Amino acid sequence: MQIIKDKPGEKTLLLGNEAITRGALEAGVDVATTYPGTPSSEIADTFSAIAKYFTKQNKDPGFYFEYSINEKVALEVAGAAAISGLRALTCMKHVGLNVASDTFMTYMYIGCRGGHVIVTADDPSCHSSQNEQDNRYYALFGGAPMLEPSTPNEAKEMTRIGFEISEKLQSPILLRTTTRLNHVRGSIQLKKMQKPRRIGNFEKNPMWVTTPDVARARHPELLKMLKAAEEISENSEFNKILNIGKPFDWGIVTSGVSFNYVKEVAEDLKLDIRILKLGMSNPLPKKMCENFIKSCKNIIIVEELEPILENQFKVIAYELGVKVKFYGKSSGHFSRLFEYNPDIVAEAFSKIFKVKNPYIAAKTSDVKLPSRPPALCPGCPHRATYYAAKKAQPKDVIYPTDIGCYTLGRAKPLEMADLLLCMGSNAGTACGLAVATDKKIISFMGDSTFFHSGIPPVVNAVHHNHDVVITILDNRTTAMTGHQPHPGTDFDGMGRPAKKINVEDVCKGCGVEHIEVVDPNNIKETTEAFKRALNFKGAAVVVSKSPCILLENRDKIKRGEKILVYQIDQEKCRKCKTCIGRFGCPALYFGEDGSVLIDEAQCNGCGNCATICPFGAIHVKEEK
Amino acid sequence: MKGKINIVLTGVGGQGVVTAANIIGKAAVRVGVNVFVSEVHGMAQRGGSVNCTVRLGDVSGPLVPNGSADAVLSMEPSEALRYIGYTNKKTKIITDIVPVIPFTVATGDEKYPELEKIFSELEKYGKLYKIDAVKLAKDAGALVTKNVVMLGALAGADVLPFKSDVLLETILENVPKKYIDINKKAFGYGIKAINP
Repeated sequence: MQIIKDKPGEKTLLLGNEAITRGALEAGVDVATTYPGTPSSEIADTFSAIAKYFTKQNKDPGFYFEYSINEKVALEVAGAAAISGLRALTCMKHVGLNVASDTFMTYMYIGCRGGHVIVTADDPSCHSSQNEQDNRYYALFGGAPMLEPSTPNEAKEMTRIGFEISEKLQSPILLRTTTRLNHVRGSIQLKKMQKPRRIGNFEKNPMWVTTPDVARARHPELLKMLKAAEEISENSEFNKILNIGKPFDWGIVTSGVSFNYVKEVAEDLKLDIRILKLGMSNPLPKKMCENFIKSCKNIIIVEELEPILENQFKVIAYELGVKVKFYGKSSGHFSRLFEYNPDIVAEAFSKIFKVKNPYIAAKTSDVKLPSRPPALCPGCPHRATYYAAKKAQPKDVIYPTDIGCYTLGRAKPLEMADLLLCMGSNAGTACGLAVATDKKIISFMGDSTFFHSGIPPVVNAVHHNHDVVITILDNRTTAMTGHQPHPGTDFDGMGRPAKKINVEDVCKGCGVEHIEVVDPNNIKETTEAFKRALNFKGAAVVVSKSPCILLENRDKIKRGEKILVYQIDQEKCRKCKTCIGRFGCPALYFGEDGSVLIDEAQCNGCGNCATICPFGAIHVKEEK
Repeated sequence: MKGKINIVLTGVGGQGVVTAANIIGKAAVRVGVNVFVSEVHGMAQRGGSVNCTVRLGDVSGPLVPNGSADAVLSMEPSEALRYIGYTNKKTKIITDIVPVIPFTVATGDEKYPELEKIFSELEKYGKLYKIDAVKLAKDAGALVTKNVVMLGALAGADVLPFKSDVLLETILENVPKKYIDINKKAFGYGIKAINP
């Protein structure tokens, strides 16, 4: 395995996320935890792959890793390890820190003894997310020292040194990344791998118990820690000034991936400018910032999303009493929306410096291209569940949905996703919709989402007797983020056997009185089950169990079984469009002569199109 | 190397776009050329449009500015046109000729343009190379080597700052032993397709 090569000095190509894992290994990490979420998932998946590699050989990987039930639990598991003196890493997507925020805010009060790096992977432009919140606010909110890498190699170094900073300050720190760091590959210079400590020591101390009196005693300690962190920030190798051309009184302040665009555009525009790159951006190195402000008459602040550096710099300049002109978000040169790129930065700089933008896009073509949105895979069992639910009650239904592949049920022709907020919101909003409207409510969530945050709203629905049908799409994996295990699988993230927890057993324990367990590939029975659930007055649950088709087919191939391919008997087909227009499998399409065809390359052989065809025109062609 | 080389790779989820970009990146590290590769993960992979960028040389980040691509390598014709903003008159546009029809077309909501129309448009924006990579990959012995055919075409197009052998060796290092001959063939067919 390339990632665990102990060859200091060697260069290798790693994904930003893999580089973070490597940085943790070079720091001798003992415990790593996560709940998967794009764009953070590959950090944990890399830990998992390494652990499995050792587990297979009956060897100890040297660290403990788990896919925790949710981000809050992940932070608590790793936090307790760090409190016991071990080095710990917790990674999650930006909205994951909302889930973990209750733990995070008080954890910052009591701190840790071993280093703890908390990775928050933000997603400007919402490539795979429900919002583009700027988690740098969490550093200010909780009082957490924060590092912001610009490149994969820097991400590795910041992770490695982040453990040292955390240990020195006896406080967890944030490593804040964005998608353009997580999912970028770059050349990494390997350093020596450190040996983990392995056994922690929990020293009992009343100060670990955050009663109000302890909290009042700890809050001043948090502020003291931030003062010490400011000293580290002043001397940090990650905060530096870069001169381009012959700088005079113009400066740029930037952090994270924005630095890459700033440097490139400044060079291409041949600007004479000083760049202050802030790698440790909380707390700011105040003296360094003051000196920078004093050396400039004009300062451009380039940061994606919120004006966090901009506002802090304005306060520092105000307190200094110096006159300096700021260009940034409030001047209208940069947006608070979406991720940046060289073109956006060049456009703003060309306006500020009144020069020509060096990057010109080719004129967009007049040829209209079809959109290509993501879709449920051919053979996905969720499609069959959706189809059956709609058959059971075709009209007057509201479908609250959740975070996962099944959100794609929003697309035509299913159009069965009406309301979505966050992980687990389907069942909570289902309760509210049942109260507020006279419509039938059928909500959908995946099995991993159920364990993550779907159980409390199920209990709520039962206790208050809300008239809802809550569907749990149990495909035995966390599919969207890359097929990670969860409490419903019989193995864990280290590849070891694990206790499997059944969704329907949990629902039973929660007091659900009407539970239907179905195989969605039996569309007729699934339809009947939905009808019965809808007729039940109160909270009913449908557990729709069928493995993710991608995993199922992978296992079939491993076992030497063939995957069937279906075809259409053109003589029997009446072009009623049930398969394309209602079921909507992407493997089906209209040929040039208007006949309905199946793309063999895409067909995953579920056979559900054959079941729903009213004319029996679809049948097995051959084995793939 | 001095200067910058910008390559944009496009296609549809599942066509090996990310793998191809990754291979170019690994080849660059092998010969000590600075490199950044940007990838698409998560939601965008479920049959959606995929776009990766590879930048080599004196670059500080992975994103290619508008009008700055030295080459566009596309596994699907309409996807080459989708990212036309990256091109300039000198850009080498290398595309597979076999369309993948999106489900928005299958359901009758949208239309896939005529192939000839796509090609004549692409010719307006850069130097177009059409590759029948599906056929060549099948000839080599496996359809999955389609992206290797396309990498061969890129190597043959004189865009990369290293010899085609470096790219081929990197590919062979990353495939199981029993598929080495098929991949060698596929790569060779790609080079030949661009230099007939």
